[in-house]
Amino acid sequence: MTAVQEPAVGADREIGRERRRKEDARLITGRTRWTDNIVLPGMLHLAMVRSPFAHASIVSIDTSEAEEAPNVVAVLTGADLGEAQGACINAWAITEDQVTPPHLPMPSDRVAFAGEIVAVVVARSAAEARDAAELVDVEYDELPAALDLKEAAADTVLAHPDLGTNKSAFWKFDSAEAGTGGDVDEAIAAARTDGVVIEREYRQQRLIPAFMEPRSVVVDPTGEQHTIWSATQVPHILRFAIAATTGVPESKIRVIAPDVGGGFGGKLQQTPEEMIAFAVGRRLGKPVKYTETRSESLLAAHHGRDQWQKLTLSAEKDGTVTGFKVELLADLGAYVAIVGGGVPVLGAFMFNAIYKFPAYQFNCQTVLTNKTWTDAYRGAGRPEATYAVERMMSELAAELGMDPLELREKNWIKHEEFPFTTVAGLEYDTGNYEAATAKAKELFGYDELRAEQARRRESGDPVQLGIGVSTFTEMCGLAPSRVLGQLNYGAGGWEHASVRMLATGKVEVVTGASAHGQGHETAFSQIVADRLGVPFDDVEGLHGDTQIAHKGLDTYGSRSLVVGGEALVKAVDKVIEKARPIAAHLLEASVDDLEFADGRFSVRGTDSGVAITEIATAVFAAHDYPEGVEPSLDSEATYDPVNFNYPHGTHLCAMEVDTETGAVRMRKYACVDDIGTIINPLIVSGQVHGGLVQGIAQALWEEAVYDDAGTLVSGSFVDYLLPTAADTISFDVDHTSSPSITNTLGTKGVGEAGTIASTPAVINAVVDALRHLGVDDVRMPATPSRVYAAIQGASAGGATDGAAMPHFDPAEPGRSSTEGAGA
Amino acid sequence: MIPAAFDYVAPTSVEDAVAALAQHGDEAKIIAGGQSLLPVLRMRLNAPEMVIDLGRIDTLRGVRDDGDAIVIGAMTPHSVVGSDPLVAQHAGLVAAAVEHLADAQVRHRGTFGGALAHADPAGDLGAPARALGAEFAIAGSGGTRTVSADDFFVDLFETAIGEDEILTEVRIPKHTGWGSHYEKFVRVAHQWPIVAVAASVRMEGGTIAEARVGLTNMGSTPLRARQVEDALAGQPATPDGVRAAAELAADGTEPPSDLNGDAGYRRHLARVLTRRAVLAAAGADGA
Ligand SMILES: Cc1cc2nc3c(=O)[nH]c(=O)nc-3n(C[C@H](O)[C@H](O)[C@H](O)COP(=O)(O)OP(=O)(O)OC[C@H]3O[C@@H](n4cnc5c(N)ncnc54)[C@H](O)[C@@H]3O)c2cc1C
Repeated sequence: MTAVQEPAVGADREIGRERRRKEDARLITGRTRWTDNIVLPGMLHLAMVRSPFAHASIVSIDTSEAEEAPNVVAVLTGADLGEAQGACINAWAITEDQVTPPHLPMPSDRVAFAGEIVAVVVARSAAEARDAAELVDVEYDELPAALDLKEAAADTVLAHPDLGTNKSAFWKFDSAEAGTGGDVDEAIAAARTDGVVIEREYRQQRLIPAFMEPRSVVVDPTGEQHTIWSATQVPHILRFAIAATTGVPESKIRVIAPDVGGGFGGKLQQTPEEMIAFAVGRRLGKPVKYTETRSESLLAAHHGRDQWQKLTLSAEKDGTVTGFKVELLADLGAYVAIVGGGVPVLGAFMFNAIYKFPAYQFNCQTVLTNKTWTDAYRGAGRPEATYAVERMMSELAAELGMDPLELREKNWIKHEEFPFTTVAGLEYDTGNYEAATAKAKELFGYDELRAEQARRRESGDPVQLGIGVSTFTEMCGLAPSRVLGQLNYGAGGWEHASVRMLATGKVEVVTGASAHGQGHETAFSQIVADRLGVPFDDVEGLHGDTQIAHKGLDTYGSRSLVVGGEALVKAVDKVIEKARPIAAHLLEASVDDLEFADGRFSVRGTDSGVAITEIATAVFAAHDYPEGVEPSLDSEATYDPVNFNYPHGTHLCAMEVDTETGAVRMRKYACVDDIGTIINPLIVSGQVHGGLVQGIAQALWEEAVYDDAGTLVSGSFVDYLLPTAADTISFDVDHTSSPSITNTLGTKGVGEAGTIASTPAVINAVVDALRHLGVDDVRMPATPSRVYAAIQGASAGGATDGAAMPHFDPAEPGRSSTEGAGA
Repeated sequence: MIPAAFDYVAPTSVEDAVAALAQHGDEAKIIAGGQSLLPVLRMRLNAPEMVIDLGRIDTLRGVRDDGDAIVIGAMTPHSVVGSDPLVAQHAGLVAAAVEHLADAQVRHRGTFGGALAHADPAGDLGAPARALGAEFAIAGSGGTRTVSADDFFVDLFETAIGEDEILTEVRIPKHTGWGSHYEKFVRVAHQWPIVAVAASVRMEGGTIAEARVGLTNMGSTPLRARQVEDALAGQPATPDGVRAAAELAADGTEPPSDLNGDAGYRRHLARVLTRRAVLAAAGADGA
């Protein structure tokens, strides 16, 4: 693939080494600067006034009392800011006729979800801004709210009356139409007469990304460029969106994502809060800061998932699958967010997963409601797809009385069949499902646990054991720009990297990916160290500032390594190629006689050579270099991926279910992921462990619940149940490797794998424990109360309702002040 | 999450604290560990003008032996109660309940008296206090009065403590040699109980001679399940011996419905958990 020799495989090779992350010592000892830590001279603070109603007309906003409050500088409404506030964009209209409500950061006529901002208070301190926000008097005229997804899809109540419908877009893929497979309705009809048809409806509950660092933004309008610090995953996209919607030239905007404390997709948004801060800063000519509270974060930062999935799978009686039809309803919330309806579409190519379905059809209706907007959340579309297909394959196995792994093996793509073009039209480059499954079964102790399960069933043990399987794959490494173009996505999928060779022999690498906890600095240093032959510690990773990393498409969709890493490889290779003629000149040899290894050019067959770092110094001095050659080694590369990237793995989960109470307890979790070449096993384990917990949390704990008025009931961590280390077990994590052949290093994405794979493994295990009691589904999250109800009535359990736990009693003596949400 | 502005005093004696309360009336709030009060203030659900901190009143802190009872000062942090030898020896049920209360940080700040005064029916300390027949010493401008556990809990977040009064200490009759268990049912470790059952038993051979049973989150106050206690007396500590008594656990209760389950499910849990708690307290198999 390249003119450069592969680095020697040796003990000092960096790739594959369990390097501790170089950024961690700083991060965990607090030598860091989050956006909220930034303090600028004369900086003002913002507090938002948010609607307590899900849907209401704004009759009037009286700001007079707030304006008089101590140290208040201004109180502004949407009408005050006018066009200067710009707009929040949807970058991916999934169909040409998509219905997209205009999304002003701060509307002045009507609010469309509880938590929407109607006014902003600017004061000299955050506390004074908050105090004054309580004094803004907003008169609302409540409107009927579209809340339930199915009802909203029927247009019974309109989320945006002017639009005349809640139906935003209908997106369809049909393998017969696309020429990638047969007709699914025919396959299902055939199976109805002499095969098996499994029909189910699953609910993907609404989740809240709940990153650790709340969102925060600082705007400094006092320089030549407006500088924006934001706790964002997407500094480059944010800069573009601000420029595109405010008319401020992109060149006058600098966006910095300093240390960012997690995102999980939740920070890939262009937020109303950022837009309002930008508008207020510009209007007042002063630096401003806004940091959300945790309550505001749960309420107004975008949510994830929220789908109904109607699924029909057809098979022959021997278990050979013949068709899969998917009908989705996807809740967009009140607005079409930046990726918005594209999230379910990212799942459209994944419902067929690793199986050779001859016919496939995907239908998705996106729907507007009066709830918080939804967008990407770790996995974005692919967890939903994987859940559906992995649950259905287990249902089919149960129906046929087959072992769920045997049924899967019967249908999956065999390792010798790669590269394989799927019924959804994607070309999977490499994979070996047999190898991963064999290793996972052994790690898990599959046969022993099956034997224990049988014993418990036989003895009528009140605690039953279930085994859940998930043999997932996903498409990541977003994405080939041409494919994105065909899908009508508003941007490309390339990534940019540059390498700067410093005079002292140190190396700066700049990536357009924007790390927010992933460990790019470390992994990228390892890649550069090997390829350039310089010490790991001599490589510095820079990112997340549009002035330094001037070009990039940021971090999401497990793309940083497989796309950004490849851009880096290409930039490094250019450095080496630029150094070659200079090395030849310095060594007084012919370019053809040079070889490059371990950071040195040497003249073949002699011991004469020069290190690339020495060449960097020589080029800096520029006293002696060949004529016609540029005195610089610095290089950059923009890489547009040629394909998506397809990690896969076999995840096995054992759950104990207490049939007396419905309580579930994880007994064992083993997974073997094939993510190709591993750059840093420690970082990979962190990604896998964290990813697993996030997926398990969807299965068991997390759910954003609204009441009938459209108020977020799970509005604090008392009711939105995030797991902690105390709630999880030690996972058995291992790997097989079939390196990707679409990038130089052979890597595959790992950032979302655990989250995508684990959810169905857990639910399959819970259902498997109870199958003999007549249970074939438990709705997520599988709360003890739902599990118990399923055991009793063999129903999957309905929607979560009821109030929040009232641990913090508002009705105590003392002056009461409750001005809506978001204090 | 910034509270509204308030004034703050930190008196060093109960008398001064009571005087401050009398002076500011219902504009004042007591702060103990702040673990329940501060979230209320930060979410701006309440905005007292004066906050009176009991943290500097040394006499309110610690556990002491008082003959047939132990006395726990209101300002004793959960972590101290949980590791105190007197509590472990004479009121094992309290130690058992504290062990799984919240998380380590909250246990270091939150106080025994604060939790009881807060009177969250899902709080872990009310049920043991009722089961063991605790007595509450309440100081006001007129002096100190004592209220029994049965009378202390009035309603959701409401106790017998008057607006100008302070809970100073809690007296717990010794249950030396009793077996204890607190069976707490949660979805995640740091959660308040969906339902919990506090059980202490005095065993004579394999037989339950006496039992004390309290229920958490089965009504608007912590409850004592006397019908269960009576039915347990004289029963063998076996699953069969305990089952019938445990079936009575939910009788007469009006548990809440919330995101974690409805009232019917809670009643069911109360029965199962009571059986388990009693058996565990008795050290029996099959719990
Ligand atoms: C994350 C979290 C998890 C928790 N989980 C649990 C749990 O699982 N189980 C559980 O039982 N509790 C739980 N708690 C609550 C915890 O036990 C608190 O510590 C307790 O409820 C209040 O104690 P405190 O000392 O912090 O009181 P504060 O918060 O200071 O006060 C609480 C209330 O009592 C009043 N008060 C306090 N002391 C006195 C006094 N001496 N006289 C009169 N009035 C007084 C205050 O005015 C206030 O109204 C949790 C708290 C948090 C923050």
